[in-house]
Amino acid sequence: MTSSSQTTAGTVDRSAVEVRLEGLSRHYGPVVALDHLDLTLLPGELIALLGPSGCGKTTTLRLLAGLEDADTGRITVGGRDITRLPASKRDMGMVFQAYSLFPHMTVRQNVAFGLRLRRVGSAERDRHALEMLELVGLAAQADRYPHQLSGGQQQRVALARALAIEPQVLLLDEPLSALDAKVRAQLRDQIRRIQLEVGITTLFVTHDQEEALAIADRVGVMRDGRLEQLASPTEVYSRPATSFVAEFVGLSNRLEGEVRGGEVVVRGRTLPLVERDVPDGPAVALVRPEAVTMASHTAQESGPLVGTVIAVTFLGATSRVTVDLGDTTVLAQLSTSDAADLPAGSRVALTIRPDPVLVSSSSEPAVSAAGEDE
Amino acid sequence: MAAITTLGETPITPPASGQRGVHGRRRRRLNAFRYVVFAVFALFFILPLLAMARFSFEGAKLGTWSLSAWKQITAYQGSSGIPPLSSAVEITLELAVITCGVILVLLVPTMIWVRLRVQWLSRAIEFLCLLPLTIPSIVLVVGLGPIYNKIQHYSLSALMLFWIYVILALPYAYRALSAGLGAIDVTTISEAARSLGASWFTVMVRVIAPNMRQAILNAMLLSFSLVLGEFTIAFLLLYSNLQVELYSISRNTPNAGVIFSTSFAVLLFAFVLLLILSYAGRFRRGRG
Repeated sequence: MTSSSQTTAGTVDRSAVEVRLEGLSRHYGPVVALDHLDLTLLPGELIALLGPSGCGKTTTLRLLAGLEDADTGRITVGGRDITRLPASKRDMGMVFQAYSLFPHMTVRQNVAFGLRLRRVGSAERDRHALEMLELVGLAAQADRYPHQLSGGQQQRVALARALAIEPQVLLLDEPLSALDAKVRAQLRDQIRRIQLEVGITTLFVTHDQEEALAIADRVGVMRDGRLEQLASPTEVYSRPATSFVAEFVGLSNRLEGEVRGGEVVVRGRTLPLVERDVPDGPAVALVRPEAVTMASHTAQESGPLVGTVIAVTFLGATSRVTVDLGDTTVLAQLSTSDAADLPAGSRVALTIRPDPVLVSSSSEPAVSAAGEDE
Repeated sequence: MAAITTLGETPITPPASGQRGVHGRRRRRLNAFRYVVFAVFALFFILPLLAMARFSFEGAKLGTWSLSAWKQITAYQGSSGIPPLSSAVEITLELAVITCGVILVLLVPTMIWVRLRVQWLSRAIEFLCLLPLTIPSIVLVVGLGPIYNKIQHYSLSALMLFWIYVILALPYAYRALSAGLGAIDVTTISEAARSLGASWFTVMVRVIAPNMRQAILNAMLLSFSLVLGEFTIAFLLLYSNLQVELYSISRNTPNAGVIFSTSFAVLLFAFVLLLILSYAGRFRRGRG
């Protein structure tokens, strides 16, 4: 993280600020969108809020932007209370999910719009707008209209426009969700590069876990208006705080087992627990597909971890193999070259790597697909 | 191109070309149908206009040509308190401009505000704006008669008709503006502008209104043409606008051709005005 920095296009030097959300609540009629949320963004940090539809991540961002009012709670930016400040006075740059460029203005005019409102002189405005466009690699398109740009280009211009006013905080509301996969990955990397260069405190809202894990300093996983976990991407993935986080971030196999003395026994294999103070008894262990490996099994005898490959899904460098163990199915993520030796129908013996796992009570339902829009 | 083949031989012509031929024929037939429909409608609209134009040039003897009916329009000086034509044209134009102005000032900010901030009011506003469509002019006149009697008591000019014309033009202007608002993502662009530091006034004037230029122009065109063609209310309330004036000219001049020349002149006048407005909008849009 950087507290101040230089852009490639020129000198944009600013001090990053800390953002605090304290006890924020928001209700829509009887629906609780945000339930006493506490969140602190450190200066220059990028936090990604991740969660299923209706979890409150977009509401959090809109409250911070001033586009909605909180029922209770307090927002401070750099120590200044902005809870009751209107959106136009909050000094925040925002990039929206929908294309939000002003259709009647050229790219240059769009980027310069915020500067014009701040009464920056026309020459300085033009120079700065071009600087920002260079930053996002679109200086050559300065005189085009939004309808002459692709979706990815429009979002880059929106980013340049948000940065042009040199805001204290950058807010990104699922800015990549309308783009195709390749452009999304490119723009994601570009956003991260620019954020690091400019050193601006950033809140990024997404429903795409890969995006959140790839881009953020810390990831906040939300559910029902509350933060389930706020930690680094590695920790969220490898040491999820709750079974919801474990199942929402990445795929998890739900395997029935028995907790005994701080460990869980799953199909004859003993695995350590992330939280050791789980009471003994039956439980469901959440095992990552990449913790499962397998080899061909030619012997006749069966075992608790012997099964039949029923499907192999090609994902590029890796493949996902689905194995039927008789009473349940298990997903394993293997390198594509390893998976090639295990076509559908082959008998395999599974091995579960002894990574720490989380357990949930067997009555708790599995988390549904994580790719929904809010 | 047809190819001669013996039985069992593969035709030389590829099937794609055959399909192209079928598509081509279908397209030609469709085009012909379009031209026929267009021609029928053109005749339906143009024939009466041509007939009107022809009658306006009718001479004293049937079948002869003359400009006398046209000369009488400009020569007409009014009678028994009826002002000359130029005055009626002036009043009608002023009424059209005032009506357009009031409609825009009233409706554009209201509709944007309702869309952005009080969406729950949109049904009620739509109902109110469309209501005048269901009220016959005569009912409006009866209802508003006492008010206009008071106005006439103070000898206020025919420009006071703009109140009632604003009501009459509301449904058309509302529909045009509503279509324009529906074509842009008002919420997102206004939020984007707000986050960049724009006040609500700036959002409306600099961000949303310019993107509704075509809709605003359409609303103006509709309001303008409504005022140019309005006769019933002005006549019943004893005001004199262009249409009332034309009616009185036709009643007070012995030359029947004057009716046609004046009507045709008004049509041309309205057509040219609307054309100018329309082209002005396109020109502005072209420049972005």
